[in-house]
Amino acid sequence: MTDIHDYLEEFEDIPGTRVYTAKRARAGYHLNQFAMSLMKPANRERWKAGERAYLDEWPLTEDQKQAVLARDYNRMLDLGGNIYFLSKIFSTDGIPFAEACSTMTDMTFPEYREMMLNGGRSPEGNRSIKGKC
Amino acid sequence: MARVTAGVGSSHVPLLGVAVDQGKTRDDYFGPIFAGYDWTREWEAAQKPDVVVLVYNDHASAFDANIIPTFAIGCGERYKPADEGWGPRPVPDVEGHADLAWHIAQCLILDDFDMTIINEMDVDHGLTVPLSMMFGQPEQWPCKVVPLAVNVVTYPVPSGNRCWALGEAIARAVESFPEDLDVQIWGTGGMSHQLQGPRAGLLNRAWDNRFMDMLESDDDAVRHIPHIEYLRETGSEGIEMVMWLIMRGALGRKVRRLHRHYHIPCSNTAIGHIVLEPVS
Repeated sequence: MTDIHDYLEEFEDIPGTRVYTAKRARAGYHLNQFAMSLMKPANRERWKAGERAYLDEWPLTEDQKQAVLARDYNRMLDLGGNIYFLSKIFSTDGIPFAEACSTMTDMTFPEYREMMLNGGRSPEGNRSIKGKC
Repeated sequence: MARVTAGVGSSHVPLLGVAVDQGKTRDDYFGPIFAGYDWTREWEAAQKPDVVVLVYNDHASAFDANIIPTFAIGCGERYKPADEGWGPRPVPDVEGHADLAWHIAQCLILDDFDMTIINEMDVDHGLTVPLSMMFGQPEQWPCKVVPLAVNVVTYPVPSGNRCWALGEAIARAVESFPEDLDVQIWGTGGMSHQLQGPRAGLLNRAWDNRFMDMLESDDDAVRHIPHIEYLRETGSEGIEMVMWLIMRGALGRKVRRLHRHYHIPCSNTAIGHIVLEPVS
């Protein structure tokens, strides 16, 4: 049987990646449920009419609220967000998935799109922090 | 009796649904992708399966963060396309096969797979995009569908080994269903892609193709690939490929490859699909 501690520890060794573990799912539960609520057209309208007021209806931490208002997706991931839930936020903003992804990298959207057209980001050097491979 | 006639592994990128719905399937960007599916669409039109057991993952559409079933089987009569934030896709409702679905659910539970049973849910791009890729734009989908949703989002997700074994159990269940039905099983998702963090955009052509080679092979080494390898080599969302192993497990030891296609990129993702049939 796989040891849960060993299993989880390996996830922290992947560069530039937050694996959506139970710990993150717990921390981000309300953040993700808030994002999920934007699937309903009526909620989207209320959200657009006043983001801060809408956020204040949810038991989020102030850090989480600030990250949402700033559309800082890496910070939202750090605070327990999952990208499939967070996608409801950028969909409501009318931003394509690839553009939202580019905001989490060190590239502009045109640079990111160019990288994808050229075969994407290489796994070379991006597999392991410790192993540097 | 019912029988598993073939298996399909395929990506289910939402942008492909947009391309279909907006009539862009033959433009410069999407043309090479849809050309790769031409063979499969013709083959499906000739095969006319009665039912597809469609293995996919829900992307925060039917299931929120509250309830996270590892394996959930749709036993309802009908499913509507989900509103994923910009309105539902303009595709037909998906007709279930409640008799077969309940039969499979019962067999799986007796076979030690503790399934979650779903009576009502909307189905998102994970399920409707593969239908569009295989069947085009008919007024009604040409077959019934048994949706099988897998948690590949919240860790731990099921192991490749468990997915393969579930596929074997699904095949046994299908073969004990008394109606004369041709049943296909589709495993969807992947291939390499990462949608989050500074490493977003990772693709791995060599690994993806090795994975498809392993699916064609007579041995079952592919079921033992650990999660960490998918994560390191194929990006955080490449883990969806464990769902292809449910399809592969259902086909038995030996398979014949009928078609295979691979293309980079579609949005953030490497697109692949493979058509296999069991060899008895």
